[in-house]
Amino acid sequence: MGQPATDRIEIVKPQSLRHAIDWLTSAAEDGSPLTLLAGGTDIYVLLNAGVPLQGRFLDLWGLTELRPAPVVSGGSLVFGALTTYTDCIRSALVQKHLPILVQASREVGGVQIQNRGTLGGNIGNGSPAGDSLPVLAAADAQVVLASVNGERTVPLTEFYSSYRKTVRRPYELIVRVEVPLAPLQKQKQIFRKVGTRAAQAISKVVMAAVGPQIAFGSVGPTVVRARKVEAYLREGGRSLAAAQRLLKQEIHPIDDVRSTGVYRLKVAQNLLAELGTLDAHK
Amino acid sequence: MKLTVNGQAHAISAAPGKRLLDTLREDLKLTGTKEGCGEGECGACTVLIDGEAVNSCLVPTCQAEGTKILTVEGLAQNPRWRKLQKAFLECNAAQCGICTPGMMLSACALPPQPTLQQIRVGLAGNLCRCTGYVKIYDAVKKALG
Amino acid sequence: MSKVKNRRLKVVGKRVPRTEGADKVTGRARYIDDMQFDHMIYGATVRTTIPRGRIVSVERDTAFDWSGFTWVDHRDIPGKNIVAMIVEDQPFLAVDRVEHQTEPVALLAHADRARLAEGLKAVRITYQEEPPVLDFETATEVLKELSIARGDLAAGLALADKIIEGTYRTGHQEQLYIETNGMIALPGANGFPEGVTAYGSMQCPYYVVKALEKLFRLDRERIRVVQTTTGGGFGGKEEYPSIVAGHACLLARKAGVPVKMIYERHEDLIATTKRHPSIITWRAGVKSDGTLTAIDIDMRLDGGAYMTLSPVVLSRAAIHATGPYRTPSVRIRGRVMKTNTPPNGAFRGFGAPQSQFAAEVHMDRIAEVMGIDPIELRRRNLFQTGDTTATGQVLHDRVSADEVLDKALAKHRVAHRRSKKTKKLAGTGIAMFFHGSGFTGGGEVRLASRAGVELLPDGVRLLVGSTEIGQGTRTMLAQIVAESLELPYAFVKTIDPDTAQVPDSGPTVASRTCMIVGTILQRASAKLRIELGPYKSGDDFKKRAKALLKKRGTVVIIDQYEKPGEIEWNDETYQGDAYGAYAWGCNLADVEIDPLTYEARCTAFTSVIDIGRAIHPLLAEGQIEGGTLQGIGWALFEDVVMKNGVMQNANLTNYIIPTTLDAPHIAVEIVENPYPNGPFGAKGVGECPIDGPAAAIVNAIRDASGARLDAIPATPERIMKVLG
Repeated sequence: MGQPATDRIEIVKPQSLRHAIDWLTSAAEDGSPLTLLAGGTDIYVLLNAGVPLQGRFLDLWGLTELRPAPVVSGGSLVFGALTTYTDCIRSALVQKHLPILVQASREVGGVQIQNRGTLGGNIGNGSPAGDSLPVLAAADAQVVLASVNGERTVPLTEFYSSYRKTVRRPYELIVRVEVPLAPLQKQKQIFRKVGTRAAQAISKVVMAAVGPQIAFGSVGPTVVRARKVEAYLREGGRSLAAAQRLLKQEIHPIDDVRSTGVYRLKVAQNLLAELGTLDAHK
Repeated sequence: MKLTVNGQAHAISAAPGKRLLDTLREDLKLTGTKEGCGEGECGACTVLIDGEAVNSCLVPTCQAEGTKILTVEGLAQNPRWRKLQKAFLECNAAQCGICTPGMMLSACALPPQPTLQQIRVGLAGNLCRCTGYVKIYDAVKKALG
Repeated sequence: MSKVKNRRLKVVGKRVPRTEGADKVTGRARYIDDMQFDHMIYGATVRTTIPRGRIVSVERDTAFDWSGFTWVDHRDIPGKNIVAMIVEDQPFLAVDRVEHQTEPVALLAHADRARLAEGLKAVRITYQEEPPVLDFETATEVLKELSIARGDLAAGLALADKIIEGTYRTGHQEQLYIETNGMIALPGANGFPEGVTAYGSMQCPYYVVKALEKLFRLDRERIRVVQTTTGGGFGGKEEYPSIVAGHACLLARKAGVPVKMIYERHEDLIATTKRHPSIITWRAGVKSDGTLTAIDIDMRLDGGAYMTLSPVVLSRAAIHATGPYRTPSVRIRGRVMKTNTPPNGAFRGFGAPQSQFAAEVHMDRIAEVMGIDPIELRRRNLFQTGDTTATGQVLHDRVSADEVLDKALAKHRVAHRRSKKTKKLAGTGIAMFFHGSGFTGGGEVRLASRAGVELLPDGVRLLVGSTEIGQGTRTMLAQIVAESLELPYAFVKTIDPDTAQVPDSGPTVASRTCMIVGTILQRASAKLRIELGPYKSGDDFKKRAKALLKKRGTVVIIDQYEKPGEIEWNDETYQGDAYGAYAWGCNLADVEIDPLTYEARCTAFTSVIDIGRAIHPLLAEGQIEGGTLQGIGWALFEDVVMKNGVMQNANLTNYIIPTTLDAPHIAVEIVENPYPNGPFGAKGVGECPIDGPAAAIVNAIRDASGARLDAIPATPERIMKVLG
């Protein structure tokens, strides 16, 4: 087929995390920021489609420092930014503490995508349809950004400023994702991806819940926590209809080639029944 | 760049960002790996990198440097994969054949003696429009089951 | 042939290896994109970006560096700027009119693909836009119209206790062969420097030859077309390859070097043909016992901007519109409407899936209204041997509609494990169908297909223009010849169809290759046996072959289609024997619907089809399984989203076809009631499997949830709307 001009793009390969951050810093200072490249499952799709991506790419794939096995540390489940979906699926710790991330990982593309797609890439790319994002949002995940100035931590729910825009500064790099374990204890976890096709679908609606913490994907410009519904549940609310009315106030899904806003809203509302704490007859 | 493809070491001078798919097909003349979509949806370009299935249309060649790559042309070197090729032939798992190389490579990454559900999950990233997948399951079960 | 019937078959009915199978599992098979020629450059197409209007100018950006480019527009066409098809309405390259988006206007070639892509962006077309017609339901321009009538409709309706109406819609469907369209053109052919040669992915090499004859005003010996290993077709490589080949040849002639044109997936999706969308209204007169007294059907198909093959799609849709049911009075009216959208064309089933979708969903509607079990209602109306079809064809050969129904019901019970208790809504649906093999009516007589065998010292070589596109043509034809010659399968050699070497065996479409071309080869083989004289073994054959070749140099026997004596057809009245033989089929589908998300999943599927004889049971099953899943995709997922006359979801991420996890367990049973005029009893198998699945699934959705769908795809959005 018509090969894209991938042999013309410039890729720089840092030797270490430190080296990568130095490069990011100097590129940002020059006003020619580097595009971050991890497993390529988003960037190469764009390149193949002929989207002209300007400038140089910083290839993070070889940075083993960013791909330790998920560990429990300091009361959190800690993921390196280059943790792949396959790493999540295979991790006994993730299966134990955050099984809905395993479930979400299994529903991301085929095995080939699971082997190459990374949590850091999914977060950084910031598609509202990113499958891991509702799980991480519901679980109060923290995104750790590193720069020459050290590290800073941003809750995932505050990481996005608008559609595909993040608070990451051009000289910063996502290095870790941390999910605090305490809120996970004894909480029911639910993940539902609605994508029509059983495998390899881009979602029309995603819901993830950790106890009373509920997040949705594909229903707005960014992943969204259903704060009003959550508050209602915390107050002991039991009526499904009331929760559905509240949800309608906080999500505003749109029509696109994949689905309609009407369908997305209705299904998001229906999925609240999956929480198991709401009564359809109240 | 140094790539090891089907057990053979190659030194090539491709651009680092060139798709692994194009490096295989053009620089190494291994045209058994196919392109069907360029989106990572169809899986026709599947190869194994260090034993893991990837879509070679989404992999920059520089990320495959120093790895061991397996393509359809290398299957005959291994008795287990030869058995898979034979089963694909005997079970009519290859109709038009364009998805076949990628499909077989994904099958190579399945767990040993896969169940039907494991086969379906493991091949969900490979689209076939000819077979309805039935004969593909038969072939994989016959060879690996 | 009767002699053959009495002996035990040694090759036909056996699971021999595919002729080209080893190449496909080793990666050796060469598809068009795998081929290289010296000095080869790359071609691309400049396309229109509005649905209707006048082209004011086509300009190349003067600031752009055009060195190394080859440019072709309509002025470079030496012959007629018309794609040869049924009527002469479609240009190879638009001149001043735009009839649809993605219409080819000019061609570019360059040695560097990246430069080529930049060149495409440096061409500007200016238009005078005109309001387009985008909705075929309200369109007024008729491309083709036909009507079939038998019996007295008014009288039939008067006999009915109830008249039941319904209107049904189906959308576009993309063939979605995994190998996109592609060609390599070379200047010169068969020793003539002014000729043209095209290698590529295609179903019908001689369609391409005919198109190039007209485009270049060349005689046939100056044109050579070679089919390369083809990665799926499903009808999608019936007519469009003529356009791709024409374009590539125009560039190659002008550039003086080979030109490769391979469509990217996006281009293939937005520019090439799809299944015709349909709207079909049924009016059925029914007696209280469920007997049909009258059927009145009105159908409209969306033809797109040009005629292409729409008349024959309409004809097949109309002839199959009653489904496999008898009625004393019937009227079928059909129209293909012109819209300013890319032309629709051939796709497996060729109109019959659309019309039988309407028929089978309506049969369930009738059953519901009349309070009769849907299976019982069908039993009361199914064609029986000796019944007469809408075109007045008396079904003399065994009609096995009842038999496939019984077998499907039995098979469905035993083949599928019942799913455990689920929160989902579960149901089962049925669809029955029939499908005529070969070209409609007098079509085969007009085609006058030719095929034959060439004697070799150690066997024979097939000389046939029919193409292997995955369905197993080459293997199946080799089996027929081996069996006819009573030789081992390995004695029959095959080649890629190359018009410099093989005769015109007609297009590889319409479930015709096995039944029609197979019969021609069977006859050619019989003639060869006469030439050779009797032989007792393979070795004996070789001795006789060598002797005969020594005497004659070459021995080639080409035979031609002969119409079976009893078949009669009148093109004026549209009455007569529409097809030589029909396949009969029954589908059962289990469906589950998620009450929260409205997603329907097909969990189990059964298909039982009478195909006369399975020349190769595994290949035949493969056709049925593949056609079934393609039908399930059409029923549930495959939605071409059009906006302003162009496909919006033109990638595999958003145009969704079934994966392994969407495919149900498919149980297949082949029924063999031999057709006397087919090779070893064979009828066609390629298309019929896609006639039933959509209706079976929509009927199952009704059974599961009460949702009454009149349209497919049965997307969750649509099911939600219906459930309210």
